[in-house]
Amino acid sequence: MTTLIRMRQVVQDNWRLLDPAADGALPPVPREDGDVIVPLALWRREREKLVARNGRLGVRLDAHEGPEEIADDIARFEVIAVHFPKFTDGRGYSTARLLRDRYGYKGELRAIGDVQRDQLLYLSRCGFDAFALKEGRDAEAALGAFSDFSEAYQSSVERPLPLFRRRFTNAPEGMEWS
Amino acid sequence: MYVYDHIDQRLVDERVAQYRDQTRRFLAGELTDEDFKPLRLQNGLYLQRHAPMLRVAIPYGELASRQLRALAHIARTYDRGYGHFSTRQNLQFNWPRLEDVPDILAELATVQMHAIQTSGNCIRNITTDHYAGTAPDEIVDPRVYCEILREWSTFHPEFAYLPRKFKIAVNGARADRAATRFHDIGLHAVRAADGSVGFRVLVGGGMGRTPLLAPVIREFLPWQHFLTYMEAILRVYNRYGRRDNLYRARIKILVKERTPERFREEVEAEWEHMKDGPATLTREEVERVAQRFTRPDYEPLSAGDTGFERRRQTHRAFARWVERNVAAHRVPGYAAVTLTLKTTGVPPGDATAEQMDAVADLADRYGFGELRVTHEQNLLLPDVRRSDLFALWERARELGFATPNLGLLTNIISCPGGDFCSLANAKSIPVAEAIQRRFDDLDYLHDIGELDLNISGCMNSCGHHHAGHIGILGVDKQGAEFYQISIGGNQGNDASIGKVIGPSVAQDEVPGVIEKLIETYIALRDSEHERFVDTVRRVGLEPFKEAVYDDAHQDAAGRTRQLAVA
Repeated sequence: MTTLIRMRQVVQDNWRLLDPAADGALPPVPREDGDVIVPLALWRREREKLVARNGRLGVRLDAHEGPEEIADDIARFEVIAVHFPKFTDGRGYSTARLLRDRYGYKGELRAIGDVQRDQLLYLSRCGFDAFALKEGRDAEAALGAFSDFSEAYQSSVERPLPLFRRRFTNAPEGMEWS
Repeated sequence: MYVYDHIDQRLVDERVAQYRDQTRRFLAGELTDEDFKPLRLQNGLYLQRHAPMLRVAIPYGELASRQLRALAHIARTYDRGYGHFSTRQNLQFNWPRLEDVPDILAELATVQMHAIQTSGNCIRNITTDHYAGTAPDEIVDPRVYCEILREWSTFHPEFAYLPRKFKIAVNGARADRAATRFHDIGLHAVRAADGSVGFRVLVGGGMGRTPLLAPVIREFLPWQHFLTYMEAILRVYNRYGRRDNLYRARIKILVKERTPERFREEVEAEWEHMKDGPATLTREEVERVAQRFTRPDYEPLSAGDTGFERRRQTHRAFARWVERNVAAHRVPGYAAVTLTLKTTGVPPGDATAEQMDAVADLADRYGFGELRVTHEQNLLLPDVRRSDLFALWERARELGFATPNLGLLTNIISCPGGDFCSLANAKSIPVAEAIQRRFDDLDYLHDIGELDLNISGCMNSCGHHHAGHIGILGVDKQGAEFYQISIGGNQGNDASIGKVIGPSVAQDEVPGVIEKLIETYIALRDSEHERFVDTVRRVGLEPFKEAVYDDAHQDAAGRTRQLAVA
């Protein structure tokens, strides 16, 4: 059981996350039933076995693994976990946007690895809805990050219309400033 | 001036609150140095050699007099009474306390200012031509598009953790005065045959240790697609830019390694998906932004002014200042005036709180309360009545802002260098000062003519040495400070990167080397109309190398100078 922020609430999570070993060696397909998130390489190698298991399936993408690599299989996954080796490695933000905007992924999109409070808002704007915070970080306290900003200029997964289009839909006469 | 609406203001206020909490958590030990670092950098705060350095954004270089007074107030209250205008059209405070930064940001927010994304691996302050809105050769007012980009890039969720910093410049006039070829993205306004506005898109220019001129990625991008195309470029960079090596992480390396052709194909393929999507700009939005700019209430004046012409004919020093520091204006009877911050003995770009207040007063008295910060580290009054020029000149002279050296050798661009910056290999400010002292004869300076001399204290090139007609780079040679000299760089439409003339030299030798370069130029130029950089282009590096490194030439060169002065 791990603590997770999901849909902006702290929850306990039953999914088992299988990480590749430090040397890249892949873990075996678990014999026991249950929900499991597997490395992309394991999915590629053991697809049949993984599909035949009892339990839901998720896939783990590393920072360099783009959504193109699972494009044809997206419907098979209930969780896609994107790994951040360091929070300053921003590739996962684009991965998330592409999964949501281009590949139409509707399942859980989970940020894992070096995930911290001060990145949660941008991550959620890019389409992440679940966050496994880095070890030792206070999930309850981190929830405040979602309300750091009340508005955003850009188009995002959460709100595809950028502010400039909403200004005019909200105020058909035009300007909404005072 | 762009005036915030309540949403712009709210976002900046929320940013202050966010950063205040981040600072609190850092001081309470809840955030490690490493975790706090990218957060403070995205709020402009560096930890420097002596103290923190706070970089305040001056979006596209535009500043209101009340904002400049607020900066003066901050300099007095939280710093040592001065600030440094940088080549990125920003202002840097060199001595704030880390604990005070949230309060400084709160003060800035009261005058619609901030330090958002002035550092860090994100989209930085957008820069433009400082003559925007006043230049006779303007195609489009670039500030409107700069502001659209400012809003788009502010807190962009996808591009906050790029491989490296990202700088965009927009130029709206025929002449490129925004150094677009030296930026990560350069946007050059163009008008199509049918009169519609678009942009030539250049990607992958830059300075640093791999200086490159940006290739054109798209000849004409219709204005509607301005933002979606930026998103496509940034996404390709965010995904594929190198993250394994700090020195190979800028987009210029990606463009170079993939070739501009392949990079273009990738961007265009990405853009196909976004094109005409929700981020497509609307006519209403461009108009909304344009209308949020205050516009000077110009009086109908005639272009000629007898008083001004008479003064110019009778007053040589005034005439020289007008010739150098006053630029033509698209509105008859007005001029754009540069107040130079390049007095010998003062670090280039430095201004005291008193000077800031004084300039703010000049902007109110002789303009419409508006100023510009130029990338040459000067301040500009964009809308001065020609009939006021003489009075302004007299006042600016008293204040020390009227050195008539704009475009001349002593208008040196320089980074803060090793005196302040922890990245620098060598000092730059004492070098600038030594050169300014060597060339203190105004007649000689004017005789030399147009010459950009730029100094960087290290390969990060904050002093734009690659783009200088003469560039000076501080290097570390077994722990000692040395200087590498290059010539032939240029900004503008015919941009080029300077070439190194030979082995680096010691600090006290630099003014002598510059002198030899100038003497060689004077001896070789085909007329006084041929600029230094044009002579270098015509004759090549050899004669300059010989003059500097061949001792036998020393005496001859000395005589040339005597002749030139005589």
